Amino acid sequence: MSMFQIFSVSGSAVSAQSQRLNVVASNLANADTVAGPDGQAYKARQVMFQTQLMGAGNDVGSAGVRVSTITEDQTPGRRVLDPKHPQADADGYVTYSNVNTVEEMVNMISASRSYQNNIEVMSTAKSLLLKTLQLGQG
Amino acid sequence: MLNRLTDSLNFQTQALSLRSERQRLLASNIANADTPGYQARDIDFARALREATGDLQPAGQLAATQSGHMSPLAGARSDSQKTYALAAQTNLDSNTVDMDRERANFADNSVKYEATLRFINGAVRTTLDAMKSPNAA
Repeated sequence: MSMFQIFSVSGSAVSAQSQRLNVVASNLANADTVAGPDGQAYKARQVMFQTQLMGAGNDVGSAGVRVSTITEDQTPGRRVLDPKHPQADADGYVTYSNVNTVEEMVNMISASRSYQNNIEVMSTAKSLLLKTLQLGQG
Repeated sequence: MLNRLTDSLNFQTQALSLRSERQRLLASNIANADTPGYQARDIDFARALREATGDLQPAGQLAATQSGHMSPLAGARSDSQKTYALAAQTNLDSNTVDMDRERANFADNSVKYEATLRFINGAVRTTLDAMKSPNAA
């Protein structure tokens, strides 16, 4: 029954989108950090989605999603002149993270919309399958 | 004799399984709305149904003359003959999923799936009614 495959397809999309939301959250949380775990300024992260083929036999063609890699944005961080800051370098500049807050907010909205879309797909599939179970009962 | 009772259901059954297959494809499209390079796909429902009910010979079907022969999916349902959606708007990551169109298709397909379910239910009820004893009222 090919409709059951919808749950794994949309489920994979929901989990990928929630991972994207997670990364956005950590980017936003670190928007103003000066030093990351390695002593360098925090670098914004981004997830890469990849199609994952699912199903075999007659169900072939279902395409789920998975996060293939998480990349780090390599653009140089924001530099602010603040000689009194403890993290200031020899020239008196402090390097902040390279997170673009506006970009991250847009990313967050897009991820949450996609998440909702997939949840709706699953609930539609569920109600159709429940009605199919009652087939022939009157 | 029993054949005749179920023959009329056959068409709707084929339609139902094709609807569920299309539903699965549309769900895949919606799931991949943010995947770079993904091409949205769909099946030509009218052609697939005509092939499933025997009105049309599925294109590209292999002749299976021995028991060991494979018979992969042929015709409109096969992977190579599904249609590709054209991008409604150009996209930097060459993804062709248009969420508005996919959602509309998904809703349309759900309603038609449910309609097919009702047709089958109606046919079953008619048959059961016909089998009832006239004395049972």
